[in-house]
Amino acid sequence: MSSPLHQFEIKTLIELPKLAGFDVSFTNSSLAMVVSVVMTLLLTSFAGRKQALIPNRLQSAGELFYSFVHSLVTDTAGKGAASYFPLVFSLFAFILFGNLFGMFPFAFTFTSHIIVTFALAMLVFLFVTILGFVKHGLHFFRLFAPHGVPWYVLILLAPIEMFSYCMRPVTISLRLFANMMAGHIVLKVIIAMTVSAGMAIAVFPFVLSLAIIAFEFFIACVQAYIFSLLTCVYIKDALELH
Amino acid sequence: MDPVAAKFIGAGIAMFAALGVGLGLGNIFSSYINATSRNPSAEPKFKTMTFIGFAATELVLILCFVIAIVMLQS
Repeated sequence: MSSPLHQFEIKTLIELPKLAGFDVSFTNSSLAMVVSVVMTLLLTSFAGRKQALIPNRLQSAGELFYSFVHSLVTDTAGKGAASYFPLVFSLFAFILFGNLFGMFPFAFTFTSHIIVTFALAMLVFLFVTILGFVKHGLHFFRLFAPHGVPWYVLILLAPIEMFSYCMRPVTISLRLFANMMAGHIVLKVIIAMTVSAGMAIAVFPFVLSLAIIAFEFFIACVQAYIFSLLTCVYIKDALELH
Repeated sequence: MDPVAAKFIGAGIAMFAALGVGLGLGNIFSSYINATSRNPSAEPKFKTMTFIGFAATELVLILCFVIAIVMLQS
């Protein structure tokens, strides 16, 4: 029987020539990303093609999706942050469809690789830092000094705040990566238990695996939600500086 | 002690953090239910706060999980 870590293996599908020393071949991870982007494009373009006053099912789904992310941005980061809606929407849709596509049997979950989530987190981190410097200039460093704190506490507090700011891409990427990886390993271990157990008791791990699959769908949505929620919180920090 | 055995025991002890995280997550969601049943109109505000708290609490467990995995692989 193959190990539960076998599913995270990256296979090259189309061999491409090396670009400046990097291997840029088209792998199953790239395929999963393309599928995620294509599903988002299909949903948004087909839902918005025929705009009726009384929406049909597809249009309702598209509107629900759109207004959910829009209210997430405006509720968390304020009305002024509505111009950053496209970034949050793209991140949310990319991660959500990636997580959900990974729930298909034999499909690859690209969010279960830390380099993918770290790249996404680094994108958010760099965007937020540059946004803060563009909006406030050097006043951006007030982020590390909350209002009403005496100066002798600041000596201790400012380095801690700065450290936690720099750890943001690590924590946000680890959360998504570890949740997806741990969930898929647990799922595969329990399914392997079903196969290896005898006919009489195999029904218990089977029922458990059904429950775990339902829970994994929930986790896939919650983790995409939390990633975009934290992005909104960071944008709010950069715009309003506490 | 056999170093291989110590590795496994260490990974197991590292996951003891799940105890506190479980208590904390239960507390967060029970407070969320309490708050929304007292004041249902303020629910959207609570929801955001709940999930930020959920993310912050869960991070402890994730870090311990990563430490345990690193221990097993070393």
